[in-house]
Amino acid sequence: MTRPKVSIRGLYKIFGGDPERALAAVKRGMGKTELLESQGHVLGLQDINVDVAAGRITVIMGLSGSGKSTLIRHLNRLIEPTAGEILVDGEDVMKLGPRALLEMRKTRMSMVFQKFALFPHRTVLENAGASRRIRGETADVADREGRRWLERVGLAGYENAYPAQLSGGMQQRVGIARALTSDSDIMLMDEAFSALDPLIRTDMQDLLLALQTELHKTIVFITHDLDEALKLADHLVILKDGRVVQQGEPQEILLHPNDPYIVDFISDINRARVLRVRSVMERTQAPPEAAAGEIEENATLESVIALSGGDTGKVYRVMQDGAQTGVLHMQDLVRALVPTAASEDGLRAGAA
Amino acid sequence: MAFYTGVFDSLGLREWCDADKQDGPLSMAQLLARKKAAEAGGDAQAAMDAISGPAPFPSLDELHRACDAVPRTRDFTSGAEQLFLDVKDPLKVVLDPITQPLSFLLDESLALFMWLPWYVLIPLLALLTWWATRSWKVLALVAASFLGMAFIDHYDYAVQTLSIVFVCTIFCVILGVPIGIAMARSDRLQGGLTPVLDMLQTLPTFVYLIPLIFLFSVTESKLYGIAIILYAIVPVIRLTNLGIRLVDRDVIEAADAFGMTSRQKLWGVQIPLALPNIMAGVNQTIMMSLAMVVIASLVSAPGLGVLVLRGIRNLELGVGLVSGLCIVLLAIVLDRSTKAALERIDRSER
Ligand SMILES: Nc1ncnc2c1ncn2[C@@H]1O[C@H](COP(=O)(O)OP(=O)(O)OP(=O)(O)O)[C@@H](O)[C@H]1O
Ligand SMILES: [Mg+2]
Repeated sequence: MTRPKVSIRGLYKIFGGDPERALAAVKRGMGKTELLESQGHVLGLQDINVDVAAGRITVIMGLSGSGKSTLIRHLNRLIEPTAGEILVDGEDVMKLGPRALLEMRKTRMSMVFQKFALFPHRTVLENAGASRRIRGETADVADREGRRWLERVGLAGYENAYPAQLSGGMQQRVGIARALTSDSDIMLMDEAFSALDPLIRTDMQDLLLALQTELHKTIVFITHDLDEALKLADHLVILKDGRVVQQGEPQEILLHPNDPYIVDFISDINRARVLRVRSVMERTQAPPEAAAGEIEENATLESVIALSGGDTGKVYRVMQDGAQTGVLHMQDLVRALVPTAASEDGLRAGAA
Repeated sequence: MAFYTGVFDSLGLREWCDADKQDGPLSMAQLLARKKAAEAGGDAQAAMDAISGPAPFPSLDELHRACDAVPRTRDFTSGAEQLFLDVKDPLKVVLDPITQPLSFLLDESLALFMWLPWYVLIPLLALLTWWATRSWKVLALVAASFLGMAFIDHYDYAVQTLSIVFVCTIFCVILGVPIGIAMARSDRLQGGLTPVLDMLQTLPTFVYLIPLIFLFSVTESKLYGIAIILYAIVPVIRLTNLGIRLVDRDVIEAADAFGMTSRQKLWGVQIPLALPNIMAGVNQTIMMSLAMVVIASLVSAPGLGVLVLRGIRNLELGVGLVSGLCIVLLAIVLDRSTKAALERIDRSER
């Protein structure tokens, strides 16, 4: 396995006057509520270990107050950790001096915000090119790059408008263009689509996925919405009360949740739409005896049900790139649609 | 016998009290009492005791009467005066040179405004108004007001007042904006400066003049310049501080996330976004310096205030009223044009 792009090791964050003392208590096993009651400190994050793979989308999901924003702000050190280390390309962010830290924010990470956080006194084009200007590049370069990315996110023609003149969805497109213009490998997105209405939100998710197939950025995406998480995630991290409850491939988590909290979380989703054939098929090269047809490994179960006409006796041959990778029995498919109870032997628990 | 004599005696302090007994100067009340007593042909001492009734409050004056070693209230006020006089000279050595530019600018600006003939200055003011506001209405108001004041021969006075307000406002902005910025950046500085600003704003305007008269000669223009600036600088500082603190935290966070240095943040984000508030502060500063410039005519500030003062002093009712109205007019002109300019900034921002 290649080296992770960003690697978070043993990260703790405690808000309050004397975090060191509180940290000792937390390491002895004190929980969030207890810490708040006995010492008046807020436990933001505890013992976070996450690897962010290069070129993939890592989604961090959790309910309000679970510490998502706190976690993502540690990556570019908008928040200082109480303990732990953050390695970006193997380099410890905590050891960067002020100058080097600015340099990293300018060139290696960009960020998209829930409330857009555009510069209201600057035009759309100036906003899009902001990162270039901040770096000290000429207005020509900034405008050229800004224009290019505005066009790419579908905002050509709005260059001279001011942010307040645009709708929310359009403003967030500017936010994305601003992040892309900086040409950094890593993109941090804190609930980037949460403030948008559902239709626009789907559009933006599609836009992000389309951009990603082309650009292969390392994206850390935060959301409290499971559907969004499942749609975007290559790697899913579930956070609760500042702790990682489970992380792994989203399909795995769906099929083998290791915590009642997650079971609750996933009980309401449409599993047929989210689960893929590859997660429920039997892996074998041997061709099935009476295949009803051939299906793609990445097809959703929903599409297979439609194909089979609801017949649970059928067997399909699963193909990928012209070769067989497995066999799908419709019975397995139907079984996978029933929500699983938490498995104590969960596959990849928190600190895997 | 004073009312508290017995108290000192019983405490065995009589010796201390009379240690260096001397007949200091009498207070006004004592003199009056003595005169009254002399007229009535009675005993002076008895009358003096009578002025404070049977059981007077043990104030300094009352205790002094019983015991000479206790200082009188008047010694206090003269002590305060002495203290001020003692620090005056060293203070003057420091303050004189650094306030010299103020005198210079006030005088030069006055000279310039008076030297420019009306047919140049009025169009110039109109042009400035147009540049700042882009509003025909305000432009017409400015032109009409100055022409009107010129028509009733108040033009020179109005222009003098305008010149002083102009210079003082510039100083207020140059000093006040950086102070406001520093305050926005440091909670401790804000905590320390807020009571000072409160005091400057609530101190009766005349009280400013008292120490300044001692420090500088009345013939120097910086005397009234400083009084005006001290009084009028408060809103610029307050609103600059407020404006910068009110800048959306998300936007500041975005600026940080993209690696802006604090200087880039200040000039590129905080000041532009605080500008509407800063301008509102400037507007208030202008209005306050106009109010103060009238009072400052007591210490030789030229302008419309001089006419108002003449009206009061000589009971020339008409002179006072008309010049008062001119001040109101000037206030309206300044207020409308700065507000219109402010609106323009607001509009371009949103
Ligand atoms: N500056 C701070 N001081 C004290 N406590 C804080 C601070 N910032 C965050 N917290 C606490 O840390 C916890 C995590 O907050 P965080 O903002 O990271 O949550 P979140 O998962 O992003 O929630 P949301 O979905 O509402 O944005 C919360 O309990 C919050 O009260
Ligand atoms: Mg958040």
